[in-house]
Amino acid sequence: MSGAESTRLSKNAGAVQFLYKYGTLITILLLIVFFGTMTDNFLNYSNIINILRSSSIVTIIAIGLTVSLAVGGFDLSVGSTASIANALVISLFVWHGQSIGVGLLVTVLFCLVVGLVNAFLVINFKIQDMLMTLATMFVFQGIALTYTRGASISENMILPSGDFATGAIPDAFGSLGKEPWIIIIMLVIVLLVHIFLTYTKHGRYMYMIGGNAEAAKLSGIAVSKYRLTAYLISAVLAGIGGIILGARVEMAEVNAGSPYLMDAVAAAFIGYSVLGAGKPNALGTLVGAILINILSNGLVMMSVPYYAMDIVKGSVLALALAITYIRSRR
Amino acid sequence: MKGISIAFPGVQALSDVDFHTESGRAHALIGANGAGKSTLMKVLSGAYDHYTGEIEIDGKPANIRSPRDAKTYGIQIVYQEVDTALIPYLTVGENIMIEHTIHGMKGKQFVNWRSIHREAQAVLDRLKVKVPSKKLVQELTLAEKQMVLIARSVSLDCRFLVLDEPTAPLSRNETEALFELVRLLKSQGVGIIFISHRLPELYEICDDITIMRDGRLVVREELARLPQQAVVEHMLGAKLEGQFPHRTSRIGEIGFEARNVFDEGKVNGVSLSVRKGEIVGLAGLVGAGKTELCRALFGASETARSELVLGGKRLRARSPHEAARGGMALIPEERRREGIFVDESVVLNMTAASLAKYSGAGSWIKRKLERFASDQMIRELGVKTPDGNAKVRNLSGGNQQKIAIGKWLLADADVYIFDEPTKGVDVGAKRDIYNLIAELASRGKCILYASSEMPEIMGITDRIYVMYDGAILKELETARTSEEEIMLYSTGGVMS
Repeated sequence: MSGAESTRLSKNAGAVQFLYKYGTLITILLLIVFFGTMTDNFLNYSNIINILRSSSIVTIIAIGLTVSLAVGGFDLSVGSTASIANALVISLFVWHGQSIGVGLLVTVLFCLVVGLVNAFLVINFKIQDMLMTLATMFVFQGIALTYTRGASISENMILPSGDFATGAIPDAFGSLGKEPWIIIIMLVIVLLVHIFLTYTKHGRYMYMIGGNAEAAKLSGIAVSKYRLTAYLISAVLAGIGGIILGARVEMAEVNAGSPYLMDAVAAAFIGYSVLGAGKPNALGTLVGAILINILSNGLVMMSVPYYAMDIVKGSVLALALAITYIRSRR
Repeated sequence: MKGISIAFPGVQALSDVDFHTESGRAHALIGANGAGKSTLMKVLSGAYDHYTGEIEIDGKPANIRSPRDAKTYGIQIVYQEVDTALIPYLTVGENIMIEHTIHGMKGKQFVNWRSIHREAQAVLDRLKVKVPSKKLVQELTLAEKQMVLIARSVSLDCRFLVLDEPTAPLSRNETEALFELVRLLKSQGVGIIFISHRLPELYEICDDITIMRDGRLVVREELARLPQQAVVEHMLGAKLEGQFPHRTSRIGEIGFEARNVFDEGKVNGVSLSVRKGEIVGLAGLVGAGKTELCRALFGASETARSELVLGGKRLRARSPHEAARGGMALIPEERRREGIFVDESVVLNMTAASLAKYSGAGSWIKRKLERFASDQMIRELGVKTPDGNAKVRNLSGGNQQKIAIGKWLLADADVYIFDEPTKGVDVGAKRDIYNLIAELASRGKCILYASSEMPEIMGITDRIYVMYDGAILKELETARTSEEEIMLYSTGGVMS
């Protein structure tokens, strides 16, 4: 290879490297500038809060998914788990008149059971995580639907007995779904998981398992234990996402969590490309979720119909994946 | 093939190699690891297009630049990894006729199953291979899969057939069946090129031999004129002596003992012991169960059972996690797949087995400490890397292996199990690794060293267990044995 040729090549590689590292952040910046100049209200304080608020539930659920991706798994049931948590927590208040503490505790415990089921199936039957959790996704969705009898739950709803439901949703619970709390909860979760994955030995082990499970096992790492832990974290965070969703709309809609699955998957995978991480990471996932919501928000402001939104989301995901995988082939 | 040269980034793989063979003869192509045999055959079969030199067939120049080209000249190759060339959930017949289905269908849209199986069965019958055409490939043994691949080659226009280490994974009987097939093909006028590491078997079927070393042709001769000893000398070039460290062994009491190790037909009741400061060799051919035994001892096989005693205490090691905690270490055979994290940094790899030492309260990793330990190990082992942040993927095989070992040095185990630690490692790094192991022994560690390279076993160990068919057939003292004796027991022989 001649000298000139190699400098040209390394220049090209440098450009690709730069794009890989900063591409996602530059995209966000460009989008902000674009929407900021094209619309009047995009950069308003209230709209920025609006974007963060609408990112928060996706982010929380996507962070759970990110942890399952870190061990080389793939928890597709996060959307359904959020639905279950959503239905359960609201029903505990509305149907059973429970206090906020009991409501949250029971819901989180139930999510742990959900994670346990996932982990048990994936670890013991050695079936690909994505396929196994595809199956459990349906099961959990069915459980949520059956539990709510296929209907939504809200205060003063009519029960099958003909009476009105007497339980009330506590005000403190409702405030969890409003800013600033909803945004604070999101940021705290992102920060905690980021610290866990990056600075503790447990997180290090999880990435090792995700990178090469066999080598991790032969390095004396308790692989099954960490895979179990990852699925428990994933289910609990999905559950928290569902709870916050309930707090935000103060009711449980039918299958409320399911639509969040695809956004969460997109956010987590866009996250791979943030700052050239090349692997699932909490901060990247946050950026991914915000990117998606900036897009939705800006496009709505520019009067693009909501039903066309998926086209844009899908395209952004495809782009992020392309950048990640082109580099990993080098 | 005349004046073939090929280079890869950083390596001159072949330099000016001449090679020729004839129809109806079996030609042995041999050389030590990395001599360039496989590369030469890949050139012949069109796997590379950036070589220089000429290929002639029947005296006419043949321009082979792609696998397709090679096939039109009737050159077929059966690689060692048979599973990469077969589709497991299709039948034998479909696998044999796969090229016909892809290239021979012309305008037809529907597959004629009856004719596929009929033709496949005809090929199998011609080769006297007793595998039914309608059986699924995933139900076959390794040897049968090889036969299927040979049958596929023969079903096409096959004038020269390259077999790349076909006998390595086969049992004695399976090898015999394969040779029967090779003789049959020879008699049908096919030229066979046979790559193998097992010298004795070459004399059974090959007529000519070409020996390569360091990417060059060393000698081409009629095999009958070249005794085995001479072949070995040509292969090795300079004598290997001086490679192994001189050790004054101070061997202590028994430090590690394993009794009744079983693993579902792969390991059948092995008992062994290693003294402190002793290097014990596990000899045996590929497939004798050495790797399986190593994994069983380390708890890496879920179906294995064993009773272990380490430092006088019972050790429960039903998982590598428990084994490592109990003070055992395994440097596995398949380095890239089992030993290292290729996409991670040197530091991360180095501390993978001992991270607990470098993390404090709340499992927080102390990065400086970790960094320091890793840098120290990099210096001690002479790992050639720009720094600790470099990805292990970009290092050479020898350096990767040093890291796979360094990981366990930091963990400071009592028992070290090495499974083919010098496989695919260059000569310089090999010497470093031998020294390292000798150094470990001198510190009173128990060392189990599995290898199918006899000179290695002879050079570094104090005592040898020879494995055959999943069991220990013989225990030998290194100072009072010879490569020949080890080979004899490795092939299941008994002293009369």
